[in-house]
Amino acid sequence: MADVTTAGVEAPVETKAEALAREAGSLAGVSRAVLEHGQVVVEVALDHLLPVMQALRDDTRFAFEQLMDLAGVDWPERNPRFEVVYNLLSVSLNQRIRVVVRTDEAIPVPSVVGIWPVVTWWERECWDLFGISFSGQPDLRRILTDYGFEGHPLRKDFPLTGYYEVRYDDERKAVVYEPVSLRQDFRNFDFLSPWEAMTTLPGDEKAREGRKG
Amino acid sequence: MNDIAAESAQGVTQNRTIEIDSHSINFGPQHPAAHGVLRLILEMDGEIVERADPHIGLLHRGTEKLIEYKSYIQALPYFDRLDYVSPMCQEHAFALATEKLLGITVPDRAQWIRVLFSEITRILNHLLNVTTYALDVGALTPSLWGFEEREKLMEFHEAVSGARLHANYFRPGGVAKDLPAGLTDRIGEWADGFPKFLDDLEGLLTNNRIWKQRTVDIGVMSPEAALAWGFSGPCIRASGIPWDLRRSQPYEKYAEVDFDIPVGRNGDCYDRYLVRIAEMRQSLRIITQSIAKLPPGPVKVADHKITPPSRTEMKRSMEALIHHFKLYTEGFHVPAGATYTAVEAPKGEFGVYLVADGTNRPYRCKIRATGFAFLQALEVMSKRHMLADAVAIIGSLDIVFGEIDR
Repeated sequence: MADVTTAGVEAPVETKAEALAREAGSLAGVSRAVLEHGQVVVEVALDHLLPVMQALRDDTRFAFEQLMDLAGVDWPERNPRFEVVYNLLSVSLNQRIRVVVRTDEAIPVPSVVGIWPVVTWWERECWDLFGISFSGQPDLRRILTDYGFEGHPLRKDFPLTGYYEVRYDDERKAVVYEPVSLRQDFRNFDFLSPWEAMTTLPGDEKAREGRKG
Repeated sequence: MNDIAAESAQGVTQNRTIEIDSHSINFGPQHPAAHGVLRLILEMDGEIVERADPHIGLLHRGTEKLIEYKSYIQALPYFDRLDYVSPMCQEHAFALATEKLLGITVPDRAQWIRVLFSEITRILNHLLNVTTYALDVGALTPSLWGFEEREKLMEFHEAVSGARLHANYFRPGGVAKDLPAGLTDRIGEWADGFPKFLDDLEGLLTNNRIWKQRTVDIGVMSPEAALAWGFSGPCIRASGIPWDLRRSQPYEKYAEVDFDIPVGRNGDCYDRYLVRIAEMRQSLRIITQSIAKLPPGPVKVADHKITPPSRTEMKRSMEALIHHFKLYTEGFHVPAGATYTAVEAPKGEFGVYLVADGTNRPYRCKIRATGFAFLQALEVMSKRHMLADAVAIIGSLDIVFGEIDR
């Protein structure tokens, strides 16, 4: 299903999702409102996040009473690097919307804890796993990782095996932390088949003119 | 008292020591009523909870990170291990998300099988929750009875998938195998006898004086609070909001089955129990209907780039063999895109935010755990309650740590 940009397009019969995308797209600070697989996605500038979120909850056209989820996504090659994705649900109007903001390690995201109190743990989780900080969040402690953990494990540059391992040392009668030692290197196979990665073989150009790659 | 009044009248200040019975309790991490590894720091004023600070993450296994290093087929079994009480419903969310990104629809029979087993899983989950909740509050018998009934249901899981708990049955593109011969009859037989069991279970609890004393008006959540704290599933329905994803945003064949949505009135621990009991009766209705409506046909999409070919085909066809090999080494490639797909899991809304980058592995898979929101609300719910009530509240929220800690 292709992305349909709905801003400024007058479709003959507008579906509910398209109407929502159009109305959400008209809010100040929304840079892009699209439908992706039938789901409404809006991108919001960081400094407009709080007013947009407030409007999405309180405006009767939107009425998103519930914040169902907050997810961080790390794109190391992009600038800024992180995406914070809010998934909102309106129980009264039976609609969903996804709000996306972009940030990096240094710039904090304004916390929406004053709008939906439930966000506290998700912001803590996002801080814990990605190192994205949230300004105005009074309780920004780590939540899922160990006490005294360092680093942010869901970043793409954090190795899957981590840096330390924990075991119980019977002689010292204590739990000890040691650097990870792998008996065998972590196996990361390149499964992408050569005939799919190499799309245009020598002598084959004519047959594949329409194909990119 | 007179001395103090006299002193303050004279304008004399003095330091006085006032004794307050305040202390903190470390509840868990290994406590049978914590339903897993919950470390709860309780600040108490005598026997009354002033503040509850749950410390979670003791069962954190890095599921989301691990999934980024697995193909889509390999990632699926991780979902069984999240909420290990309702495995198939979590697989369902991931399978639906993957199918949405792939742009495929599974055949009718597979959809009905998914509905059938989602509801069996729902009963499986509610039986465990209701009975162990009763156990926390002091009633031993329900759990002894309920676990016997759960065993029968897990035999159905085993019959289709080969595993009692970690089923790995709902796969992207359909279900792993068709139902074995005679299974629907066995499920039907069991379904005939189950209302009797539910009546017996209710006979033990519903009007039980002790049970009601422990649960009525305990941990009340108003509809507004339930919305603000991200409630879903039986917990939001107990607060009086008739919200069910099976009805409002139907997936698979839920639009074609007839069932009611039980709704509570008070939002207390007792209502959450009643809603779950009523939901089991409704699930039973759905099970009976889906057995009756189960059409013949394939149980997975015919595209062998996504689902494996049958063993008989592989014995003869070279192409089928290649497909099988490619599928279980490289897997399939999912077009770039993102989706948030949610299902009505037994505990509430279980969602998967799946980001694909066009390769054979998910780029990011955020799991929206139902209990994560519930446990956070524990602080609001247990404030100014007795210590023993905190246990009843935890039981009524239906918390499983495999899911919360991920």
